[in-house]
Order: sequence, then C-alpha cells, then structure tokens
Amino acid sequence: MEMNQKEIRIGFYVCHCGSNIAAMVDCPDVAKYVGTLPNVVLSRDYKYMCSDPGQELIAKDIAEHKLNRIVVASCSPLLHEHTFRGAVEAGGVNPFFFHMVNIREHDSWVHTDRKEATEKAKGLSQAAIARVAKHKKLEQKKVPIHPDVLVVGGGIAGIHAAMTLANAGKKVYLVEREPSIGGHMAKFDKTFPTLDCAACILTPKMSAVGSHPNITLLSYSEVTKMSGYVGNYDVTVKRKPRYINEDLCTGCQDCISHCVFKEPKFADEFNENLSKRRPVYIPFPQATPQVVLIDPEVCLNFKRSVLTDKCKKTCVEACGEKKAIDFTQKETLLDIKVGTIIVSTGFQTFDAKRIPQYGYGKYPGVYTALEIERLVNTSGPTGGHVVLRDGKTEPKSIGIIHCVGSRDKKTNRWCSRVCCMYSMKLAHLLKEHTGAEVYNFYIDMRTPGKGYEEFYDKLLEEGNHFIRGRVGEVTDWAFTKEEEGKLVIRVEDTLAGYVRRIPVDMVVLATGIEPHSDSNDVRRLFNMSCGSEGFFLERHPKLAPVNTFNDGIYIAGCCQGPRDIPDTVAQAGAAAAECMALIDKGHIEQEPNTAFVLADECCGCKSCLPLCPYTAITFDEALGKASINEALCKGCGTCVAACPSGSIVQNLFDDEEIFSEIKGVLAYE
Amino acid sequence: MVKYSYFPGCSLKGTGRAYEESLLPVMKALDIELEELDDWNCCGATAYMAVDEVKACVMASRNLAIAEKLGHRELMAPCSACYLVLNKTKHYIHESPSVHHVLDEALKVANLSYSGNIPVKHPLDVLVNTIGLDAIKKRVKNPLKGLKVAPYYGCQIVRPYSTFDDQYNPTTMDRLLEAIGCTVVKDFPLKTRCCGGSLTGTLPEPGLLCSYIILKEALKRGADVIATVCPLCQFNLDGYHDKIEAKWESVRIPTVYFTQLMGLAFGMNERELGLHRGFIPMKPLPAAFAQPVAT
Repeated sequence: MEMNQKEIRIGFYVCHCGSNIAAMVDCPDVAKYVGTLPNVVLSRDYKYMCSDPGQELIAKDIAEHKLNRIVVASCSPLLHEHTFRGAVEAGGVNPFFFHMVNIREHDSWVHTDRKEATEKAKGLSQAAIARVAKHKKLEQKKVPIHPDVLVVGGGIAGIHAAMTLANAGKKVYLVEREPSIGGHMAKFDKTFPTLDCAACILTPKMSAVGSHPNITLLSYSEVTKMSGYVGNYDVTVKRKPRYINEDLCTGCQDCISHCVFKEPKFADEFNENLSKRRPVYIPFPQATPQVVLIDPEVCLNFKRSVLTDKCKKTCVEACGEKKAIDFTQKETLLDIKVGTIIVSTGFQTFDAKRIPQYGYGKYPGVYTALEIERLVNTSGPTGGHVVLRDGKTEPKSIGIIHCVGSRDKKTNRWCSRVCCMYSMKLAHLLKEHTGAEVYNFYIDMRTPGKGYEEFYDKLLEEGNHFIRGRVGEVTDWAFTKEEEGKLVIRVEDTLAGYVRRIPVDMVVLATGIEPHSDSNDVRRLFNMSCGSEGFFLERHPKLAPVNTFNDGIYIAGCCQGPRDIPDTVAQAGAAAAECMALIDKGHIEQEPNTAFVLADECCGCKSCLPLCPYTAITFDEALGKASINEALCKGCGTCVAACPSGSIVQNLFDDEEIFSEIKGVLAYE
Repeated sequence: MVKYSYFPGCSLKGTGRAYEESLLPVMKALDIELEELDDWNCCGATAYMAVDEVKACVMASRNLAIAEKLGHRELMAPCSACYLVLNKTKHYIHESPSVHHVLDEALKVANLSYSGNIPVKHPLDVLVNTIGLDAIKKRVKNPLKGLKVAPYYGCQIVRPYSTFDDQYNPTTMDRLLEAIGCTVVKDFPLKTRCCGGSLTGTLPEPGLLCSYIILKEALKRGADVIATVCPLCQFNLDGYHDKIEAKWESVRIPTVYFTQLMGLAFGMNERELGLHRGFIPMKPLPAAFAQPVAT
C-alpha cells in the first residue's frame, strides 16, 4: 500500500474560465494550496483549460513530470469531462485516471463572498485529490447498433424524419395510431405566411411514404412496449383491426357507396364532427394508406346479435373478388427490432369548453380554429363554402379570439407560438370567402419568423381589424337593437382605453397547443422526461434540442413544445441526422461507470430487481444470483445503495473512491 | 340535527334580514341548526378591505377564531361579501407568513388564536353538496311549478375562489331551483355579472347601469323573478327601480333570496319568509303555491 501511494503522481489544474471563476475564486491561491497535498507533483492555474493550449498543457505535463493522475477544477463535467478525458488519453494515461471538480456552477456562480468561495474550491479540490488516487483503470466497451429506425407518429414531423432516413437507405418503421398518416397538417387548408395549400405540399410526401421501399408503414397501430438499450431496442406494436385486409384493398371505395346506410350518419372526426360519414369509410380523399376501414361501434354487422340481421353485407358484395373485407379480423401484435427511435407524437388543441365564458358548445356560432380550417377547405364539410351551423347563413362579421387557453395561469401558461399566425391566415381566408368584417382580438401580436411580420402588414392593409385586449366574454345578451340575434364580444380595448361590445355572427377561438392527454403514457413507454407542462424534455434546450436523456431516442415536433411547420420539419430532419450519426458509426462507446454484482457475495434477495429504472438487472434462478446487463445500466447507483449485502459495486463510484472523497473534503479545515 | 356555526354579518340583521328570516326555517326544516357566533364583529368587507387589507383580515380572523372556539365542524356565511373576506383571510393565513404573523399578534391581544382550519361554507354549497337535492326534494310540499326564475349568483361566491362551482358558469343554484319545481332561465348569461356593488352609493351612474342590464335581460328572457344568494345584489336589484326608470325604462321584476323560494316550496308562510319586505313585491303569486297548504 505504501509503495502504491508513492507511485501516484497527480497533476492539478485550476481554471479561471475567464472571469467566470476567477472573479469569485482566488485561483492562484487554490493552486498553491493543492500543491502542498500528498501525491500532488504539479499544481497550476490557467485562464482557459478547455482551450487547445490548455489541453496540450496537460499532455505536455504528463510527459515531462511523469504524471499518472489528473484533476481539473473548472466547470460542470456535463460540459467538459469528455474534453479533459480526451486530453489525458492524448498524454498516454487512461482517461479514467482523471477527475473533474465543478467550482463554477457549484461555487463561483452561486456565491457572493470571495474568501468563502475560495475556501470551498480548496475543499472540493482536496476531495478530488484524495479520490483520484484510488481510481482504477477502466475501458470503454463498444456495442453494435441495429441499423433500423422506429418513427412514432405520422404527422409532418414523422413523415419528414422517415423520408429523410429512408432516402439515406435506412429501413424505417413508421407507426401511426390513426387510420392515415398526415396528422394535424392534413386538416389545414392553407399554410402561413405563403398561403400555399397544405394538401398540395403534404400529400406528395404522404404518398411517397406509402410507396417507399425502405418504409414499413404501420397505420392504425400503437407502440405498446419497448425494452432494450441504445442500438438494440425491442418494440411491440399493436395493430388495431380495420376489418379490411390492407394488402387486398385497392382503395376503390365501392364498399362505401354500397353500404346499407344510404346517407352518412356518424360524426366525421377528420372534419371535426362538422359532417357525417358511414360505418365503412376512408378518413379523407388523400389518406395514406389508401385503405378503407370499418367502425365496429356503428357498423350493423357487429350488432347482429342484438338486431335482426339488418345488414345485408352489401359492402362485401361490392368488394367482390378482391375479398378485402374481413369481419373476423383481430388485434395483432408485431415485434420489431430497431437501434434508434424518433418520437414525434404531436399535440392536441386546447379544449375550448374549459373557458365557459367564450361559449363554445353553448352558442352554435362559436367555432374552434380547427373547425374553421375544415370549413374553409374545399374538401371540407361544406366544400369550402363558409356558412354557419344552419348550413345556409354566411357570416357578415367574424371575431377571432387569440390566445384561447394560452398565456393564462388558469389554463396553460405558455404561448402556443402558432396562433397569431394561423389566426391571421384564417382571417385572410374568411374575408376572402365571405367578404365579412373580421376582428382579431389579441394580447400581443407575435410574428417572429421569415415573412411573418410582412404577413401581418398584409392583413392590416386588407382592412382586418386588430383590437388589443383579452376578451372577457362572448355572450348573447343584447343591449342595443344592432346586437339582437348576434354574439357580442365584450373586450377591454387596451389601446383605446375603454370597454367595447362588438356584435358578430361568428366567433373563432384560436385554441392553443398542449401535450396529448396520454403523453404521460408515451413518456413512460420510452423512458423520457417531461417538463412541468407535459411536453417531452430535450437533453439540452440549446445544444441538444432533439436528444432525450435516453440515448438513441429522439424527439421532433410539437410533442417537445409548440412550433410551426417549418420548425417541425427542421427538427425532424435534425432527429433523422442524429439517428444516422449513430447508425453510420456502427457502434456505441459506453460509459464504464456501470454497476456489477460480486456473484460470490450476492445472497439472492432480489431487492435490487424492482429498483432498476432501466430493467438492467436479471436474476438467475438456478444460481440464485442477480446480474447486471452492462449495456442497459446507466450508472444511476440505485441498486448499489439498496443492496443489503453490499455486493453491488459501481465503477468510478466504489466504496474506496467515495470514502476517500468524503475523507478528503472533511480533512479540509 | 347537525349543527353549524353561523356568521350572519351586518346585512342579515339589517337590509338583508329577509335572507335570515328565510334561511333559518329552511335549514331547520332540513335538520340543520345554525348556532350564531357569540360577540361577532364586522367581517371586514368592502370599505375596510379597500382601506387596509391586512386590518380587514384581522377583523375577519377574530370571527374565525371565535368560530373555531365554538367547536362545530364548519362555519356558514350566507352573505357573499362575508363569505369572500373570510375565505380570503384563510387564504392569506395559508399563503402569506407575514400576514399570518400580524393576525396571530392581533388575536393574542384578545386572548384568541386561530389555526386556519375551519371551513367557511356558503349555504348554497351546504344545501346542494352536503344535504343533497334528494333530501330537499323530499321536503317540497308545493313545487313552484310555472314560476320562471333567473338564477343570479353575483360575483363573490365564485371569484376568485371557486370552491364549489365554476367561476364563470356556476350551476348549483340552477339545479337547486329545478329541484323545488321552478322553471329556470337556461344559461342565464349574466348570472355572475356585477350588480353594481357599492358603486350605486358612490358612482351611481355606472352602478345603476349594472343593475339595469341584469334586470332588463331577466325580463327579456321571460323571468317572473330573479333569485339571488347575496344581500347586496338583492338590495341593488330591488332598491333602485325608480331611479332606473327615470333614467332608462321600467324593468320591474322582483328579486328574492333563493332561500325564500325554498321556503315557499316547503309550504312556509310568505310573511314569515320576509317576502313582504321587497320593494317590488313577488305578486301575484301563482295560486297553487300562494298559500301554505295544511299538512
């Protein structure tokens, strides 16, 4: 032991980080103190350790002073541990004979007393010196990557990510829970600010997905299980029964026109329930795949036991030789293996009924923005003819209320980012379709984006009214003759400085974006985190915006936060590139800070098994011992702390290392 | 018989005495006894609240402390203003240590203390959510068939603390009135709009306009009567008809307490329920329930 201690030669570096650390910590003083500690051969302070000269200094000192342990006191290991390990390795020393002390986030940035902060830096450094002496040589393991990718969610984000990957030659599984891909974008009429038709730019991409040899499209399906680790995920996909054989259906839709229901009778979800469909239907003309489906809730064939056999199965007759209709179809499970996953599950719009004073669901003249998207659409419920719910009256005046559910502590605190722009788009389209007077009620106009402010100018020039003020209520009590029979919007006009009553025929609620009601289930399924508002959490808000804390799993689109189509597409491309970066490298280097079981000492109590958040621990019933899959272990240490016999050890965090670190910090007076 | 602590506040002993006159027998009929706080003081509402919020809370906290000492599980405050200021004080006790400290010190001087735990309930909440509509229906002798009522809640029992109903579209009273046989004006859009509050005293023009709007809309929707839960609302909607008529038009419609309508449905005498106290009399009453039926 004595001999061993004498062989240890530590080099210590304290970084100024410009003035980030030096302003609050006396770096030369820290270096001077650490230089007096046992085993420390060399102790320096330096302006920027992470710079090239700083890194070269470490390599040079290793050679000149025969250093075999390095400690750097600087910023967070999250930022530069990797950098310094590289520098140590370049100097010919095992990168795990290095330890980093965080005296920036943990010290200089959070304290205001320079003397105390300097003392703290010395104490933390002393702990690291004591610890690094006990470090062991470790090797990084390489794990191969499965080249296939799973994309979850077939909105514009999932479509773009899948196409990017498939065009690069990667095999992609695209899972979509609805009968067709396309997501919210497929429901839009035009897109802002260019006003190009959403279907015209989306549907070619949709059909390309449907026919791409590298894409397996699993529509009307949901992921139910995921296990494994980066590079090797096992995924189970539940395929819901369409009662139509996808391979045999040609999309001729003869079955629909021959359905025993002569008139469509059931709410059409794609048209936001503004029109009706039959029990056998195709969601919309450009649906991908071009395959019909049967709704068992309303199809008479599924009610035969209750009713007399009313259904003559005219659809089967119409399908004829193709024999695509299969009433016996059952839910099936499909197991697939992928290396990387992109989650692009999108959003839901705010439920306007949560703000009763706006009258949605109470007054027929109140609509959500998504309903208006369908109403102005040529393939929508009225063929693009904007009329009220009575089916004939054209609105002569329309009020669009911005920020419904957004920017409000009572509902959702965040700005949904797209509503100002889509409200203006709808204002333009409604005016174009009806010639109505259109009033926009806004809190702030938020139009950051290429061509967006110019679009706002255009709307002003068109003669749309913009009234600044959060609307108090939409009501049907009239105070004057002109208000009789109208919906009255009561609002404080904060520019004019008084309360106004504006009677209109139609009210449009610009409902905001919020996470799906079941986003928590998705989050758990893929071991992701989410912020307090429920959107999936990126690894770093600036520098890793599509990464999650789970390696190999990426996020794109509105499931991560509200954004518009261009940003969603850019993010989807980034997520696809991240997947390719892993796939093309072919393998992953794993952090060696994993835990392992000392088999001789394991008593087989199984305490550790349910604790592992990564299901990395398995139990060998024959031997009565637990064992840990290194590839799955993320080094969280939960099992190590819980093991009653102390038979689980974690690399870089064994008892000797941790106790030395504690003794080191306690030894500092 | 269940006992509640009862804080009447000044209105129920003065301008709003018809509220107390109808509340007590209705509660008794439903096996609820209200024990009035001993030596209660002003709740701290309106004027006090406007001058010094903390001192207003001190006044409210004394009433809460006395109620806690009395030992019943809940405190009933029928006046909306009392209900709000008592709940606001409770809110401060839980959320603001500095206000809590002031209240504690003030109560110490009076040899009182308050833990902040006794729930402050509005009778509407107790009647519908604790006693329940089924129990109320069982007590109805003369269902008020054919009486069309505009349910008017005012602002203070739903905002800012919406403890038992929606802030903008409350429905508790709607359901209660239906249970006693009334026809309720569906989705009365002004049910939580301002009655004018104390503006009728300080800035009469906007104050009276507030009352006028509500009265006019209730008439327009075919109501025979407006039902209210608040003495100030009742006072404003009932007391200024001459002025409103001079300024705009006649919108004469009676405004009564919901408890008065309950009393009528329970077969109680209209005079005992204080129905003669309104300026706009609730007459003629439909014959079926005009007179108590002997049982």
